[in-house]
Amino acid sequence: MNAATLYGLCSAALVGLGLFGAIVHPQPLRKILAFNLLGGGVFLQFGVIARRGAAAGMGGDPVPQAMVITGIVVAFSATALAVTLLLRLYQVSGSATLSIETQSSSESDGGGR
Amino acid sequence: MLAIAVPAAGVVLAMALGGRQAERIALAAASAGLCIALAIAANIWQSRTPIAYHLGGWAPPLGIALRADGLSAIMAVTTAVVICAIGLFARQGFSVPEGAQEARAPMVFWTLLMGVWAGLNAVWFGADLFTLYVALELLTFGAVPLVSLDGRAETLAAALRYLLFALLGSAMYLLGVALFYGAYGTLDIALLSGLVRAEPVVWVAVALMTAGLIAKTALFPLHLWLPPAHAGAPAAASALLSALVVKGSFVLIVRIWFDTIPSLLNQAAAQMLAALGAAAIVFGSVLALRQERLKLLIAYSTIAQIGYLFFLFPLASAPLRVASGTTELWTGVAWTGGVLQLVSHAVAKAAMFMAAGLIAEALGHDRIAGLGGIARVLPMTVFAFGLGGMSLMGLPPSGGFVAKAMLLMAAVAEGQWWWSVVILAGGLLAAGYVFRVLTPALAATDAPLTLRTPVSSGRQGVVLALAICALLLGLVPLRPSLLLEVGRHIPTTVIAR
Repeated sequence: MNAATLYGLCSAALVGLGLFGAIVHPQPLRKILAFNLLGGGVFLQFGVIARRGAAAGMGGDPVPQAMVITGIVVAFSATALAVTLLLRLYQVSGSATLSIETQSSSESDGGGR
Repeated sequence: MLAIAVPAAGVVLAMALGGRQAERIALAAASAGLCIALAIAANIWQSRTPIAYHLGGWAPPLGIALRADGLSAIMAVTTAVVICAIGLFARQGFSVPEGAQEARAPMVFWTLLMGVWAGLNAVWFGADLFTLYVALELLTFGAVPLVSLDGRAETLAAALRYLLFALLGSAMYLLGVALFYGAYGTLDIALLSGLVRAEPVVWVAVALMTAGLIAKTALFPLHLWLPPAHAGAPAAASALLSALVVKGSFVLIVRIWFDTIPSLLNQAAAQMLAALGAAAIVFGSVLALRQERLKLLIAYSTIAQIGYLFFLFPLASAPLRVASGTTELWTGVAWTGGVLQLVSHAVAKAAMFMAAGLIAEALGHDRIAGLGGIARVLPMTVFAFGLGGMSLMGLPPSGGFVAKAMLLMAAVAEGQWWWSVVILAGGLLAAGYVFRVLTPALAATDAPLTLRTPVSSGRQGVVLALAICALLLGLVPLRPSLLLEVGRHIPTTVIAR
């Protein structure tokens, strides 16, 4: 097993853990953290691809690295937005869960998947 | 290129100048954007070839291309028309109060309106899977704050749930992008379509991307976020979200299936997508019938109408199974019908949400039971709602009728009759929920209804004009549209340009 395969398997494990966490945990903060874990897995995948696709004598293919930077910026701002929304929700309603439902939409709850 | 740059420049300008200027900039950008979209469509209509633009003169695979084909031209024009209507409609609700220099909600609304528009145009014109990812994220970040514009706890929770769904969806999509790049070393759709082979990595990537995008499109069973989000937003924002934003991720699925892997389209997977669509039609319509609030009813009907779009996949990809001249024609019919459903639902749903907004504003509530006699006071608005409803039901002569008739004809002609049953049942259910609103609205009441606030006839006129657009779409002939065929099977000559 070479390094690229090992990292590839790690990234798959991270994606799986993140997806599991985001689906299973009801608390939004945990979901946000799980999303970041999932994102980490995806970015690692890009790293593996950059390493594997490198031309001879070069450290890596630069294109996936450029994509990773964009992806990280997007994931960072997404996390910031999500945390801000969550904080605001906590200030307004006094609880940080997604279980506040308007009466008529209560059947569409499903634990805020 | 200008189609993306104008709204994006509008965002920056509005941020810099702030306050009262934001609204004017947005309206100016809206009219300029409409002209650009019409110009692109006219150009493609005349030349019958897609337009390709290479950013900075770098050709793919190193550079990034923007590409306008028939589908993108039609979607760009629809977007521009709906955005102009929303802009005119929202002038009253989101104007800066007298004496104030700047107010939070209008500022956010006008900038995000342009942000969402820039994202949508990037989705229609992007020719590169990673550009499309960025466009998708721009769309999400524009749409999420629009949901929570009024800052109540329910809408904040709805926005947060929407954001979480959207983030998981885009992470899935990005993973698919990574796999495509790892396997083929390019992300340009036209180049990829020539390279893809039937291998596991393609199946995994496409499955990941489709699953992620389904969550963003709110196809059953990943639709849970949509009703609270769309019903809680202000009327102008709900119109934008329901009419256009969910269509962005749908068009991306179409791009992946029909443009990126056209040679590998899998009928079993297409049937599965259509089955989810059929479930969405039945489930969304039945839930819409049970709603007590007008806006939630319209939101559930969006879920049902999204279901129709997914019939595009088995119906427009059939020739792989039966390769003969006649099926080629029928897939063209299905393709036009599907896209027409995209457009007519966008226009009709925007009109309905804005009509519901006017009714809610006038009455101070939007409970369906309390709508008695509203048609006496707001005849134009209720008429517009009814016209939009006609399109959802598929009554002639509306855009929805032509779209559904084309899908129905294609389903029967290709021997996939089971979908026609669902299309017809969906029409009946839609009639049920539209008449549930219209019956009390048109009923005679003894006591005259008093309005909480008067509604200006100009805003009613905008809503009615949009509803009439949905009706006029019914004049589209019942045959494959030549404009939509432009660039459908990507010719290699375009890439060379």
